[in-house]
Amino acid sequence: MANQAVGGRPFGGARPARRLLAPSSRAGALTVFIVRRLLWMLPVVFFVILITFILMHLAPGSPWDRGGGRQLSANVVQNLNVRYGLDKPLWQQFVLYLWNVVHFDFGLSYQYQGKTVSSLLLGSWVYTFTLGVLAFCVIVPVGIGLGVIAALRQNTRVDYVAMGFSTFGASVPNFVVGMLLIIIFGVYLYTLTGGAYSLPVAGFGLDDHLIMPVLTLATLPTAFIARLTRASTLDILRQDYIRTAWAKGLPERLVVLKHILKNSLIPVVTALGPTFAFLVTGSVIVETVFAIPGIGRSFVTAVLSRDYTMILATTVLFSVVVAVANLVVDVLYVFIDPRVRLS
Amino acid sequence: MAVPIPAAPVELQQDWDVPEQIGLWTDVWRRFRRNRIAVLGAVVVAILIIDAILAPLLVHFGIVQDPIKQDVTNSFAGPSVGHLLGTDQLGRDMLSRLMHGAQISLTIGILVQGIILVIGGTIGLISGYAGGRTDNLLMRFTDIWYAFPDLIFVLVLVSVFGASLLSIFVAIGIVNWVGLARLVRGQVLSIKEKEFVESARAVGSSHLKIVLRHLVPNALGPVIITLTFGIPQAIFLEAVLSYLGVGIPPPTPSWGVMIQDGYQAIFSAPGQVAFPAIAVAITMLSFTFIGDGLRDALDPRMKR
Repeated sequence: MANQAVGGRPFGGARPARRLLAPSSRAGALTVFIVRRLLWMLPVVFFVILITFILMHLAPGSPWDRGGGRQLSANVVQNLNVRYGLDKPLWQQFVLYLWNVVHFDFGLSYQYQGKTVSSLLLGSWVYTFTLGVLAFCVIVPVGIGLGVIAALRQNTRVDYVAMGFSTFGASVPNFVVGMLLIIIFGVYLYTLTGGAYSLPVAGFGLDDHLIMPVLTLATLPTAFIARLTRASTLDILRQDYIRTAWAKGLPERLVVLKHILKNSLIPVVTALGPTFAFLVTGSVIVETVFAIPGIGRSFVTAVLSRDYTMILATTVLFSVVVAVANLVVDVLYVFIDPRVRLS
Repeated sequence: MAVPIPAAPVELQQDWDVPEQIGLWTDVWRRFRRNRIAVLGAVVVAILIIDAILAPLLVHFGIVQDPIKQDVTNSFAGPSVGHLLGTDQLGRDMLSRLMHGAQISLTIGILVQGIILVIGGTIGLISGYAGGRTDNLLMRFTDIWYAFPDLIFVLVLVSVFGASLLSIFVAIGIVNWVGLARLVRGQVLSIKEKEFVESARAVGSSHLKIVLRHLVPNALGPVIITLTFGIPQAIFLEAVLSYLGVGIPPPTPSWGVMIQDGYQAIFSAPGQVAFPAIAVAITMLSFTFIGDGLRDALDPRMKR
């Protein structure tokens, strides 16, 4: 009745029911969109667990394999299988695992006896997450900045230097970048200052320990983002409305920020979602080079030693991170380009 | 919507078009040829491919050294007449290994990008253009794909199909299309709302034509960058797989493996890392030039 009084819409029929799912206000639409996408994470996580579970058991080897010639005897393996429930049919193991996950119980690790996977995972994720977030804070301003400057000064020395860096960053692998940094800041800086100062080359601390790993981690994504920003900015620079903006005498800052950047960011923002996910899920190489006990390294160890519970839990964490990062990107689209509609 | 358009105006419209009727791709090819840097890139890629094919033949005729012949008394030698780029840690000729390494590294670099382009491009285009439920389902599918561990996937694939070149590049390609799919979708989402797509729809272009003529050329910029950046990454990933024991076994040379081996001695013999890294950089730059040339050729605003 109230509807009729305010909006003059006839009462009854299918329309008010539809409005529950598709509110007319922008903020409301956004909320519904976000809630819906968060609900969608449940099936996504389910399938991630399912596929990982199948792949994991398809891969040859078992958690009880030992390197070298000293294999465990069949009896011991049998007992271990019973103890960890690996003797049950696969589907029962799967259902049991799901049941436990719903109760936030990710089980015990196979390689570290008596430790829960959750504690191991959270313990190592702290390091990885800190590094990843810091690297992201380097990548976004430096990558976008370099890209925009290179595009605005296309075919000048500035452009060549920026793109030269970008090519270097892409065609030199991470471990070589790490090693070069160690040689420069660990060795040369040490000899230059007469042994007074150098950056620590291994370990983790919330101080100058972070500089080299963060730089190593940030090199490739920065190079990529710079290249991407440059290309899409060049695209926008050729548009008629940019010529108009210059012609009507807008100050450079305004043209660059409001007209160019806002329009050239769509591919950059798309790429930043997966980049963020990649950063906070850890890089084996960076963590190995700088001896950081992060999640990237523990995951590879888990895969190689078939630590089933650890593999599954890490994958669940990854899937949640990826889903959230992509959700943020999809929401950002709407703010960057009002023409993009939420579906 | 279904009102048939009379024949006469259509013919008239043909007269308004450019005097010389040429197809989009003929025009693109014509303009691509005029772009010197792009042609340079294409020539370099052609030289690299010919070099990869001819390398065994050159060894056969004694022009280049054997890439797997060891000479440990002469390891880490600097450039000399016998070894133009010096030797590696086992005294093997660097130049020859670089030339042979091109076989595996170029194949992996290029074919993997092909797989990524086909899968990622198609899913991204469909998802972005169709929107709604299709978009949602396809994107959740890519979320799943992105999250599950590719290392396990590669291990399974390689253990089932054996560590051949084919299974390795299929494995690398299949786990890496996700980023491209999302990128293409993002581009399409914003392009499909633009005026020229609207007018194409108003004129009555078919969906296929809108996608191929309007969306693909306009979404190409970021796609090219993703693919060219993917080339070195695929080359390095192959080396990581070799390191884990599921890649191509030694002593077959590849650029990635050469960098990985050489980096142990980066301080004393920097050439071990520098030469293969330069080869990777040249490959990537050439493809970047080709890609940029292609994009410029496709952009009607660049017409002079």
